[in-house]
Amino acid sequence: MKEILVVSGKGGTGKTTLCAALAALWEDSKVMVDADVDASNLPLLLSPRLLERTPFFAGWQPVRDEEKCTACGTCREKCRFEAIGEDLEIDLLACEGCGVCAWFCPEEAIRMDEKEVGEVYLSETPYGPLVHAELYPGEENSGKLVAEVKKRARRLAEEKGVGCIFLDGPPGVGCPVIASLSGVSLCLLVTEPTISGLHDVKRLAALLRHFKVPGYLVLNKADLAPDLAEEMLAFAREEGLPHLGSIPYDPEVFRALHQAKPLPEVSQAPAAKAVREIKNRLEKILEEVAT
Amino acid sequence: MIVAVASGKGGTGKTTVAVALARAWGARLLDADVEEPNAHLFLRPEISQTEEIYRMVPVVDEGRCTFCGKCKEICHFSAITVFPGTVLTFPEMCHACYGCLEVCPEEALSEGQVLVGKIFCGRGQGVELAYGALEVGEPMASPLIKALKARYLSPGSVSIIDCPPGTSCAVLTAVRGADFCLLVTEPSPFGLHDLRQAARAVKTLGVPAGVIVNRAGVDYPELHRFLKAEGLPLLLEIPHRREIAEAYARGKSLLEVMPELREALVSLLPSLRRTS
Repeated sequence: MKEILVVSGKGGTGKTTLCAALAALWEDSKVMVDADVDASNLPLLLSPRLLERTPFFAGWQPVRDEEKCTACGTCREKCRFEAIGEDLEIDLLACEGCGVCAWFCPEEAIRMDEKEVGEVYLSETPYGPLVHAELYPGEENSGKLVAEVKKRARRLAEEKGVGCIFLDGPPGVGCPVIASLSGVSLCLLVTEPTISGLHDVKRLAALLRHFKVPGYLVLNKADLAPDLAEEMLAFAREEGLPHLGSIPYDPEVFRALHQAKPLPEVSQAPAAKAVREIKNRLEKILEEVAT
Repeated sequence: MIVAVASGKGGTGKTTVAVALARAWGARLLDADVEEPNAHLFLRPEISQTEEIYRMVPVVDEGRCTFCGKCKEICHFSAITVFPGTVLTFPEMCHACYGCLEVCPEEALSEGQVLVGKIFCGRGQGVELAYGALEVGEPMASPLIKALKARYLSPGSVSIIDCPPGTSCAVLTAVRGADFCLLVTEPSPFGLHDLRQAARAVKTLGVPAGVIVNRAGVDYPELHRFLKAEGLPLLLEIPHRREIAEAYARGKSLLEVMPELREALVSLLPSLRRTS
């Protein structure tokens, strides 16, 4: 099985647009995954029909039994996260679920309950199955939810004998990105010729090097600043990131977004054409990649 | 007064807005998007201070350890595990709750350190900027964001916090304690979906919020219906123009392309003061 992860470092560079376009253009069977669990946008372009929804539990939260509590204040004293106020109220948003308060409570007045932090969804789309999720706003453990989504997608791909999994990744270089990287065959780094794009892709490339994941560069909005585009490609050459293709700055992309459809289905404009070329090159590269 | 700039979706223009506001208001700017900090690319500050930020992780003295397993038992993060004759720690899972150090009957655990990232501070284009940069490979952003805020928020004057994208714990760590949260969005299904999530997250903190629409120009009535239903004020619209994207590409401030926006930005501050 081959796993292709689309990442970017910087947000808003076109990860989801590219991922949806690949979903529409890829003829062979595949499983699509939205691994950006706190801003899950891929479903918005793939017309999903929800088949299954499962609550996701991760981490713990303290629940106090007011009858047993003698207000001794040990919990507040032991908490390192300032999650227990002077009135001994527990602030669940500051709480990290470590359970130290429960452990040291002399009255055993605090218990730790498992916490529901999100939902995992399985949907059917015209392009194949889609595994996605939603982290409830403000929750922790986005990395664990990403790992869960990936696990389900792999299981599904195995059951159906599907050869490819495409994952729309989260922005940044932290916990959710690290979780989404595990076990992928290759990454597509979608970036743009801006000083922010360049800065962020350098950090992302360092992360890929750290975890030894091969990366390929896709330059979006490529004609926005030709000199910066040149600088980006020079960096990619130095870093050993082959240039998979460039997509021009094209107002059609924003229009396609409003129609909530993958770009190649609503446009024949330059950006859509560029995405087709990227898909063709990716197909050739994947033939070489061991599963 | 503390004003947080957040968005849900990445790439909607948080940094563009935060930098323009810091210049218009003469405010201090904290870039809390520590995974991918960008504000310094626009302000090009001369760095006057750099500080390394560490988080605590347990270190085991196997000479003292009796392998009783208490540390493993208290740890809710699977960051420490005990086998007969050896103890393994997983620093990337550790939340520094100190539980294992507290329960160890042999005092076999002590405080070690892991580098989380660095904080840089300096002045550029008349703005005092402090920003965090997470070490590449380090999963946890929140400790660095907390350290940045603890050191550089200036009580008594105006501070702006440029927040990370998304709606998870790192965003709440950045927004917590702010007097107002500006949510930057774009008129698209992506923008609206993520704005909805971000607005919910900010609401749980009890921080009043308002919306800035970037790349405005297309008709997208769903967005306005949502704002009305939620009672979120639309504070400013920034037009969708290629010149703005080109200027952004080169690190030019929004105010250089659209100086006419300055007045609207300046007058935003007293109106936020009234609502917060």
